[in-house]
Amino acid sequence: MSYFTKYVLQKLKWYIIVFFVALFLNFYLPRLIPGNPISGLVAQLTGPGTDVSQANQMHQTFVKEFGLDKSIPVQFFNYVKMLFQGSMGTSFSFYPRSVNSIVAEALPWTLILQVPAFTIGWILGNTLGAISAYKKGVVDHIIFPFSLYINAIPRYAFGMLLMWIFGIILGWFPLAGGYSSSMYPNLSWTFISNAASHYILPFLSVMLVTVGGQAIGMREMSIYELDSDYVLYSRSLGIKDSKIVQFVFKNASLPQITAFGSSLPILITGAVVTEVVFSYPGIGSLLFDAIRQSDYALIQGCTLVIILSVVFANFTLDILYGFIDPRVRTAQMEEVE
Amino acid sequence: MLEILKNLFNSYKVVVGALILTAVILFGFVGPLFSDMSPTEMVGLLYQEPSEEYILGTDNFGRDIFNELMFATRTSLIVGVLAGLVATLIGTTLGLFAGYLGGVVDSVINSLTNLFLTVPPFVILILVSISLETRSIYLLAFLIGFTSWPWVTRSVRSQTMSLRNRKHVDIARISGFNIFEILGREILPYIMSYVFMTFSIQVAFGIIQEATLSMLGLGPFNVVTLGKMLQWATMYEAMSAGAWWAFVPPIFLVSLISFSLKYINSGMDEVFNPKLRK
Repeated sequence: MSYFTKYVLQKLKWYIIVFFVALFLNFYLPRLIPGNPISGLVAQLTGPGTDVSQANQMHQTFVKEFGLDKSIPVQFFNYVKMLFQGSMGTSFSFYPRSVNSIVAEALPWTLILQVPAFTIGWILGNTLGAISAYKKGVVDHIIFPFSLYINAIPRYAFGMLLMWIFGIILGWFPLAGGYSSSMYPNLSWTFISNAASHYILPFLSVMLVTVGGQAIGMREMSIYELDSDYVLYSRSLGIKDSKIVQFVFKNASLPQITAFGSSLPILITGAVVTEVVFSYPGIGSLLFDAIRQSDYALIQGCTLVIILSVVFANFTLDILYGFIDPRVRTAQMEEVE
Repeated sequence: MLEILKNLFNSYKVVVGALILTAVILFGFVGPLFSDMSPTEMVGLLYQEPSEEYILGTDNFGRDIFNELMFATRTSLIVGVLAGLVATLIGTTLGLFAGYLGGVVDSVINSLTNLFLTVPPFVILILVSISLETRSIYLLAFLIGFTSWPWVTRSVRSQTMSLRNRKHVDIARISGFNIFEILGREILPYIMSYVFMTFSIQVAFGIIQEATLSMLGLGPFNVVTLGKMLQWATMYEAMSAGAWWAFVPPIFLVSLISFSLKYINSGMDEVFNPKLRK
């Protein structure tokens, strides 16, 4: 078995453990919810005139259907079994729709928003950080406090400010939603352009916040790099500044990939709450509604998707990192043992 | 000690950060003393513009925003500091033991740390928060601290590892001091500046986490916090009503607190790591 395969397997094993622990927390914690969501569901389905025994019977049926009469370990086992059969259960608040179908509707919106925003944010942020460290002086005194300030605002609040400035004061972009409420998602040109105009503000908020965080980290990394021998040597050889910045960028960006991985949990949750501010039809808004309705199957569905994407993204970054930097493969093998 | 303080106050970042922070603390802790009404008292109509009577206008419940803001700042600061204390305490303790003992203890603590770094702390916060009957600010602060210690553990661990083979630690060990004495006297004092820096970041993080949880409707009960003011503004459509005074001031205060803490942190970093100072 090649070293790289071993490295991948090692990582895979670790992330599978993480995933199962997360799965148990995801399953168990919402079971502690006060208030019985089933009573709410029964009340919603039966009118005021229904007689008590009928409502009771309904209550029993639902308890059975959702498996709430079993012990916790049995329930967890069933939960995992169901997940592997590809089902996340039935939603209380959208009864009888399955959580799968509801989540599947919201997920593409979230992916379309977050993946490009993080990627572009990472590239832009790291470039700015490297420039800020290299140029020092005025540039550094502008980029650095600015990045720090953006990074200091709760992520969703930055979205609120953008919405206020560009949506209200300037009136350039629509305020909320993923598309105009009069439309139905389809692939026509009018719909796509409409969705695009709704997309810009949430995209900018997630992206700029990522830029802030990354720029700060990169600036610090680069300052250390700039002091190293190869930089001083290149300078004395008269190599162009732009070329040296490229070297520095390449070396300093490796740890920045790891840093990005460990800040992902926070970045993703920040982006998820940003959706709420913009009523953007993704996982975040769905989670917000589910919390308000005490719909715990749906809450679990949303948090599961968030956990899965964080674990998956971290795994991908680890592999990518091992791929780019052979030193790490060996170093990390030793660390794990 | 005096030397360190002098160095710290030579850094303009520390000074600017400390000035901003002091101003905010005064606003949150001294301000309410001059207020003769409760933050939830309804004094006017919905979304009244800033005027001489209400400096920052009124919110969706017709409350005086300026008055509300002072109390909210106080609550948010308390939540942040408590959360920061909990996170720093747990994180430092685990980090010291993991870094000093190594071996099995280190592997266990390190795996646990990595686990909690990968599972989004926010998801755990959401899942726990929805299952609580009541949420006081203390409980919430504890929860926030309890989910953010891994960052502290990770850095304290690596600092401790670099110290554990120093001569003075070895001497203490052969002299028969027990582990608590060694950690407390021979290691902790050397990383104290570091722990304090982590604490300042954790306080900022705690305040932001509170604001984010409150936004999702999972904030503490029966109090006004900066996050809850933002949630009300969102739910009652301050944005489309054009009532900027309902959300801009709370955002400004949250970011001011967090910015000043991070700025102080960055300044301290430069003082303690001369390499960064150029």
